[in-house]
Formats: sequence, C-alpha cells, structure tokens
Amino acid sequence: MNNRPEKIIEVKNLVKRFGLFVANDNLTFDVFHGEIFGFLGANGAGKTTAMKILCGLSKPTAGEVKVAGFDVYKQTEEIKKNIGYMSQRFSLYEDLTPVENIRFYAGIYGLSNQKIKERSEMLIEKLGLQEVRKSLLKSLPLGWKQKLAFSVALIHEPKIIFLDEPTSGVDPITRRQFWEMIYEAADEGVTVFITTHYMDEAEYCDRVSIMVDGRIDALDKPSLLKKQFNAETMNEVFIKLARRST
Amino acid sequence: MKRFFGFVTKEFYHIFRDFRTLVVLFGMPIAQILLFGFAINTDLKDASIAILDNSKDEMTRKLSQKIISSGYFLLKENLNTTAEIEKSFQTGKIKEVIIFQEDFEKRFMKDGKASVQIIADATDPNNANLFVNYTSGIINNFQQELMREQKVPYLITPEVRLRYNPEMKSVFMFVPGIITILLMLVCAMMTSISIAREKELGTMEVLLVSPLKPLQILVGKVLPYVLLSFINAVTIIMLGKWVFGMPITGSYMLLLFVTIVFIIMVLSLGIFISTVSNNQMTAMLISMVGLLLPTILLSGFVFPTENMPLILEWLSYIVPAKWFIIILKSVMLKGLGIQYIWKELLVLLGMTLFLLMLGMKKFKIRLE
Repeated sequence: MNNRPEKIIEVKNLVKRFGLFVANDNLTFDVFHGEIFGFLGANGAGKTTAMKILCGLSKPTAGEVKVAGFDVYKQTEEIKKNIGYMSQRFSLYEDLTPVENIRFYAGIYGLSNQKIKERSEMLIEKLGLQEVRKSLLKSLPLGWKQKLAFSVALIHEPKIIFLDEPTSGVDPITRRQFWEMIYEAADEGVTVFITTHYMDEAEYCDRVSIMVDGRIDALDKPSLLKKQFNAETMNEVFIKLARRST
Repeated sequence: MKRFFGFVTKEFYHIFRDFRTLVVLFGMPIAQILLFGFAINTDLKDASIAILDNSKDEMTRKLSQKIISSGYFLLKENLNTTAEIEKSFQTGKIKEVIIFQEDFEKRFMKDGKASVQIIADATDPNNANLFVNYTSGIINNFQQELMREQKVPYLITPEVRLRYNPEMKSVFMFVPGIITILLMLVCAMMTSISIAREKELGTMEVLLVSPLKPLQILVGKVLPYVLLSFINAVTIIMLGKWVFGMPITGSYMLLLFVTIVFIIMVLSLGIFISTVSNNQMTAMLISMVGLLLPTILLSGFVFPTENMPLILEWLSYIVPAKWFIIILKSVMLKGLGIQYIWKELLVLLGMTLFLLMLGMKKFKIRLE
C-alpha cells in the first residue's frame, strides 16, 4: 500500500521562523496517497507549526509545500476544501444534537442540502446513533463523540485528514476502536496525517517521522526505524533520538 | 452564502439553548428598565413628614394643608412638643419636620414676618436637599399668594420653565442610559464571550481549517447578536414610551439608524475583546471591568462629565457611550435632526472603523 508513488503532500526545505526562533528547520518529506503518516515529536518540537502550514492556516518563511496538489502560498482555499481536520478536543458543539453537528459541518463545507440529508442519515445509522439523534451531544459518552467527530471531519470526503492528537485522554478500548476507524478510512483511500503522544500508536502507522528541535531526525516505516536504532519498540527509538539531540 | 446561513443558524441554537444567555439577553433589559424606572426614582413623591404647629391658627393650617396636598409629602404625625422631634426622627418613620413659630399669623400680620423651621434628616444628603427645596418652594408660593391678595405693588415672580423634560422626570434620563448600557452588555460581552467560547472549546481551530473565510466566521458569530440587540433596543424604547411616558419627539427612522450604528460599534469592540482573550472568563472580565464601569461612570449617564476633574473629562471622550447618549437625548427629547448630531455620529463611526481594523488585524495575526 505504501509503495504507491502518488504524492499527496510534498514538502521541500520548509522553513518557518518566528523572529529569531526557528520552529521548522528545513523540513523535507512526502506523504503518499492512502497511507497513515505518523507525525511524532515532543511538545515544542514544531509539530503544530508544521501542521498549521499544511492546513493552510499559516504561511512558511521559505520552502515549497504542496498539499493535495495545491500550493500553500497561493491556493489555501483549495487546500481547505480538500482536507479534514480533527483536534484532540473533538471540536463538536456540545449544545447541538448529533444531526445538527453533522449538518453544520457539512454546511460550512458547502455540501448541497440533498447531500447533507443523505450523509447525516447514513452516518447516524452507521454509528448507531438513532436513539440519541435528538439528544444534545453533552449527554453522549466520550467514545461516541469521538467517533462522530471523526466522521464529521470526513463528511466532505477530503483527500487528507489531519488528526491532532486525537486519542489523548481516551481509554484504551476507545482508542482501539478509534484506530479501527482510521484504518477503515485509509482503506477507502483517505490519507491520514496523525500526530500522537502514544508511542504504541506509532506502530500502527505506515510510516512515521520524528521531529526534534524543529528538524525531522528520522522518517521511515516503524519496523525499519526500530532496526535502524537497534530498538525493541518505537518508544525506545524516540528516547534514543531525544537523547542524541541533547 | 448558504454556508454562512448555516453558521448563523448554529449560533442561534447556542443562544436559545443556553438559559443563562437567554436571561442576559431578554430578562435583563426588561428588569433593568423597570428597576431604573420605578425603583431608582429620584423624583420626590410621598415623603413622610411631621408637623409641629406651635401656633395652630388659620394661616398655619392653610400652609400645612398646602404642603400636604402638594403630592410630594405625606403627613405621618402631628407633634406637640419640641422633645418629640428627636424621637420621631429616631424611629426613622419621617424624613422632615416642619415647625411653625408661636403666634404665626399674628406675627405675620403685625410685623410682616414669621418663621418656619424646616429640619431634614440628612443621612441621605441628596434627599434632604430635595425635601428642603420642595418645602421652601411651597412656602414661597404660599407667601406670594398672600401678598397678591394684599396687593403689594412690587413683586418679582420668576417663572421657571424646564425645557425638554418639564416635569424633571428621571426616567427621561435613564432610558437613554439604559439603552446604552444594555447594548454595551449584550453586544460586547455576549459576542466576546461567544467567540472566546469557540476558542476555549477548540471549535475555532476547526472553523479556521474549513473553507469559511475569517471575515465570514466573525460576521456569522456577530450577526445574531446584532438582531437580538436591535430587538432589545426597540423593546426598551417602547417600554420607555408606554410604561414611563417618555416622549420621542425626533424621527423614529433616525433613532433606529443611530441605534444600529452604535450596535455595530459595540460589536467591533466585542470582536476586539475576543481577540485579546483566550477564554470566556477573561472575555467576561474585560467586558465587565473595561466596558461596563466606564459606561456607567464616564458616559454622563449618572454623573455629568463636565463636573469631573479634567483628566476624567478627557477620558470620557473616548467612552463611546458618552457620544451615543448625547445623540439619543438629542433625538428622543429634543427632536433634533441629523444636522445637529452628525459630529457625534462621526465620532462613533470613526471608533467603529478603528476597532474593526484592529480586531481584524489581531484575528489574522492569531491565525499565524
């Protein structure tokens, strides 16, 4: 699956500076169509900055960045239409019902009324939310909210979905279920770009990159990384990398 | 456009599903106008007094009668000795005692001079002043009538006329003030809180990643509050008119127009506040301390700014409410047209433009 040549995210020599501080120091990497790409790094390593640039929220200081074939300098509008985004806080409205949430997000992505109706019915059924379709979101258990948030982020059929630490603060069973949804989406051809704190989750990715101090210090399949660093787990890889830099 | 409409719909859900928001939006305007109108009434009405009549003749009886029937005072008790004065003040039942000298009528007829003593409870100085002034007014009036009967040739009678609020009703002063304060509160506080809430919950990130433009997000958040604030303003004007008999002598169209200008101005302020605060608590505190207090204290609503120390007077020039209150009073009470208020209107528009630009710039910087 990850041998597919089609690049969906191309980053060449990306630099982002805030004054004197260099948040992204010459990043170069590609993400291929349909893969699950793990974007790892300690807090403050520059993950969020890079992700903001990829989402079209922020402009690079230098370098070439293309997302879904569009340039981040000029075509942020097109990029935004082609990506989905879910943050660790689920980003749904607690005082709206599941259907209202779906409709709202489908609406701001400009889906037609007909399509919104179809999609929301389909989603409600798929997620088994029929009984709670009229209750406010705050009354639903966390796991359901998370699933709904993920589905909502995919409502406009984006080519890439960005997940910003989607599983932090979630119990292991829910995390497991969530990864099943991620795999399902990847199977349908959606490229998944995910940041995470959990090193065991890094093992689930097709490829991972590890950022340290604004640079990408390692990028490969988890199995190859482990071999390269002579480590048992991804956690070890991460620790070895972090030590090397200090 | 459809996207935008969906956004506004969502905002209305937020408003109508949050009990607290509803109370602030709709309960408060009505409660405030009724409170200000009825409770905080500085007009004198039925103040309790006592009379110690040491003379008990025709003239003192007439004068007492005149005072009591004026509508301003209510006779609580008739005292018989000086010792009782202190006692009745101490019970707190009365605010003022009027004492007539012995042989009041006789002295008056003989010497053309007789004295009345007015003792007021000055624990509340403003009120005491008011009682004394009203009482003296009535007594002067009485005296003039007597003199007229006796045909004293030279007499100057000042005829006072109070323009625009002849009965000096305090409601006339409060209604423009309340409209201003409520618009400040509802527009600035509620919008800044609602934008800060999206930031706090992390939904703002998602909105920013969506194809919606920042301007669309801001306008979408703000528009429902424009509508609701406008309804509020109209409600208060109506209440003022029908419940308190406040006249609206100027043009209604102009009144609505200036209200909308002010609403937009306050919304820009709300947007600006939301860009500098990261959560609802901060937004609320900034709105409360930074907006509400200056609006009440420095707008000329309660205290005339002309009498303030120079620094405060200068400060009051940057309080938008000051200008709006001037405009409201001119239009509502004086019935002036736009040619008399364009300067104040320009000040408001200038402030709006400045705040909007500042807010948009800050909002964009935050995206970086």
